[in-house]
Amino acid sequence: MAVKHLEKELESVTIRFAGDSGDGMQLTGDQFTDTSALMGNDIATLPDFPAEIRAPQGTLPGVSSFQIQFSHNEIYTAGDAPDVLVVMNPAALKVNLNDLAKGGLLVLNIDSFTEKNLKKAGWKSNPLTDSTLKDYSLLQVPFSSLTKNALVDAKIKATEVDRCKNFFALGLMFWIYGRTPDHTIKWIRDKFGKKPEIAEANILAVEAGYNYGDITETIADRYVIKKADIQPGVYRKITGNEATAIGIIAAAQLAQKEVLYGSYPITPASNILHELSKRKNFRIKTFQAEDEIAACGAALGASFGGHIGVTATSGPGICLKSEMINLAVMAELPLVILNVQRGGPSTGLPTKTEQSDLLQALFGRNGDSPVAVIAASTPSNCFDYILEAIRIALKYMCPVFFLSDGYIANGSEPWKLPEIEKLPKINVIHPQTAEGPFLPYVRDEETLARPWAVPGTQGLQHRIGGIEKANRTGAVSYDAENHQKMTFLRREKIQRIANDIPDAEVLGEKKGGLLVLGWGGTYGSITAAVTELQKEGKKVSACHLHYINPFPKNLGSLLKNFETILIPELNTGQLILLIRGEFEGVHTVGLNKIKGQPFKIAEIKEKIKEELHDGTRYPSALY
Amino acid sequence: MTVQGTHPPYTKEDFVSGQDVRWCPGCGDYAILSVMQRTLAQFDTPPENHAFISGIGCSSRFPYYMKTYGFHTIHGRAPAIATGLKCVRPELTVWVITGDGDGLSIGGNHLIHAMRRNVDLKIILVNNRIYGLTKGQYSPTSEQGKITKSSPQGTIDYPINPLCIAIAAEATFIARTVDTDPRHMGQVLARAMQHKGVAFVEIFQNCIIFNKDTFLPIVGRETRDDRIIYLEDGKPLLFGAQKNKAIRLNGLRTEIVDIAGVKNPNELLIHRENDPLPNYAYLLTHMEYPEMPVPFGVFRCIQKPTYDQMLNDQVKTAIEKKGAGSLKDMIYTEDVWTVEAK
Repeated sequence: MAVKHLEKELESVTIRFAGDSGDGMQLTGDQFTDTSALMGNDIATLPDFPAEIRAPQGTLPGVSSFQIQFSHNEIYTAGDAPDVLVVMNPAALKVNLNDLAKGGLLVLNIDSFTEKNLKKAGWKSNPLTDSTLKDYSLLQVPFSSLTKNALVDAKIKATEVDRCKNFFALGLMFWIYGRTPDHTIKWIRDKFGKKPEIAEANILAVEAGYNYGDITETIADRYVIKKADIQPGVYRKITGNEATAIGIIAAAQLAQKEVLYGSYPITPASNILHELSKRKNFRIKTFQAEDEIAACGAALGASFGGHIGVTATSGPGICLKSEMINLAVMAELPLVILNVQRGGPSTGLPTKTEQSDLLQALFGRNGDSPVAVIAASTPSNCFDYILEAIRIALKYMCPVFFLSDGYIANGSEPWKLPEIEKLPKINVIHPQTAEGPFLPYVRDEETLARPWAVPGTQGLQHRIGGIEKANRTGAVSYDAENHQKMTFLRREKIQRIANDIPDAEVLGEKKGGLLVLGWGGTYGSITAAVTELQKEGKKVSACHLHYINPFPKNLGSLLKNFETILIPELNTGQLILLIRGEFEGVHTVGLNKIKGQPFKIAEIKEKIKEELHDGTRYPSALY
Repeated sequence: MTVQGTHPPYTKEDFVSGQDVRWCPGCGDYAILSVMQRTLAQFDTPPENHAFISGIGCSSRFPYYMKTYGFHTIHGRAPAIATGLKCVRPELTVWVITGDGDGLSIGGNHLIHAMRRNVDLKIILVNNRIYGLTKGQYSPTSEQGKITKSSPQGTIDYPINPLCIAIAAEATFIARTVDTDPRHMGQVLARAMQHKGVAFVEIFQNCIIFNKDTFLPIVGRETRDDRIIYLEDGKPLLFGAQKNKAIRLNGLRTEIVDIAGVKNPNELLIHRENDPLPNYAYLLTHMEYPEMPVPFGVFRCIQKPTYDQMLNDQVKTAIEKKGAGSLKDMIYTEDVWTVEAK
């Protein structure tokens, strides 16, 4: 007998699913996201998982979580703090409780709150019976036993039954927030097509969770979050790594070229390799190399052969590739290097996000070694900026860094799909003949690019290499004047890319006291913070950089229109160093966080208020 | 060996770039370069369809002197770069020129993996058992106890045997030759060129400045008949001025026998290039001076699908199965939704 529930309308909700690494929280979050996206909400997600595949069950290091904000309005981040926390065990409660907003809804799998599990998670007394949870609205659900009851007739093992409990929880959350379970049911059927008994069990669990919402009296309200009011168009949900992979293929088609993608498995870049290796019918060749060096080497060899050489890794991998990137600088061949940044130095925090490889991209090589550096700022614009990286590499015959990070690589959002026909073609010309001897280092007057003659072309045989080249002829040269000239030519070539990229834009007033300047994955938090403060009437503007080497041509004059430039970065201050070095007389202030997590909107707002001199000083929680 | 073509036959000059060759006078690399240029001229493959990829070291200057495509890369990485090139341009003949330091020390990993993948590369490892370009430090193939600038008390490193590495990686073509025997070198290089799959050739080379005559006890005019076995497929491993000595197996060890004393010719070890198991070839690689005569020629030559071929086949198969990829279908999946204009 269904209970009468009130339906309330909400603008946006942030839910965090948390449990053991083996509890399927990433999958649960993904499914909730897919459904919310298909129902027309704006979405942003933040998966957060440990580097260990399976830390000991029930312990704090083994906790994995997935946060999603879904909204009727345009949103920029996965939310500062969850309104709803779903925890599958005491360890997940311990790790995540502090983040839950006071008064927030806490959904607990009470079956897992046994003495043993409480002890493993370090609870001295049972939080369900002491006063720990008094500030929250509790929904205690025996997920494990309800799932077991629902699957009493399922033809699967008891351990497999218990693994279905995340789908029960998902079903319940679907019900509370007015989502249909249909998409997930279809997904389960596709995913477990070869194991119909597993598929049926999971579907039963989703349905049981959904129905539980309908019949239980412990839930007072149901919520409605209307479709988002966003730009018209066709959308799909996308993660940054997916958008990057799709962008690589798109660029190849737009250039009518083929790609060799050299990679060595590394978190959080490996998903791109997985995506591309599935798509060989796009004539993409993936090469899983013996190491990072060979991955980059094979990509460069492919570029020498007239293909688009792309290599991807995360920070520690870049250390290994740097010698090869330098060879590409000297050989003046196109090479696209993807760095999905993570916490460093060394192995650092493999599954956490950071922006601390910017200076490495610009300067992490021997000699004066200029390369172009481009950074995506949202999951979906990874598509746009990998296209740009490839376009520039091919046009200027140079290595180009494409920087992404763990947050935008794994996070997802709705992607307004491009009109394929309107994507600009990339024009590549390979010389076929030469008058007289072929000169591999003669340059295009506009771009300074050298000709890309491909092995196999009759009469254009030439030799290149890492030793300094004589301008025009490309012969080995130790001549002092030539080295000076070539060093400046390589630099000038990268600088000229500035003629070929859009101006930086300002969000808000173009002149004033405070500009927040960001780059990369901090876009969401900065934009949300600045937009909210602007609505409150605060005088603050924002500018987000996607082209970092070279900078957009208007950046200097743009910055000089503001008294103070606030630069929030997930590092100890790297862009700020570049800005100070490049633009004299600009007053800069940093906001630096190195915690493996993206900025919260509130953190940036606080700092802005402090700079506007009308807030209290922010406590030194941040570096 | 010569391949007949429809064009006028190539000459050595078609493969000479004209850049001044800058090796030390008397360096064994001159002979290797000259034999390479003459050998390539015997084939139908035009100069533009050859690419020479090298690392760092004296011998790695090689590509500059060939009138082919060439890439003088970085220390030890030539096999990786060559792999990328061959994967995207399988119609090219891709050569890797490396040395004992470049290939076996700093680049050992890439060498192993290029061989085990059976990428269709022709890898020429010029072994002079010394670092020449950095002026005389010991290399991974230097004999133990060798006194060099960086080992004044003698090296304590045990040397590596290049052919053992090739066999452990199960390279499909493995051979050895020497800079002082241009005829033999030419035959070996031609065989390597004709092999479909990875070809690994070790060339004993004399560094006249820093390791003069290191191979002389083996290859010297006076002693070579007794110290070299020229391998011939299907024949016993004969050596000696009168070809009066051969090799036989004693358990898992090789031993020298005088043919005159052998009653049953079946006792003699017969050379089989195409043995699919690497065990026999491995025994040969362990025949080392001074205990045993040193084999020259083709140790192993077997057929196996190549990496570059299989990679391109996977692309072909994917297209046959799924159809050529459409950008529109990839971007506009079935999970899209539409936001209508207000």
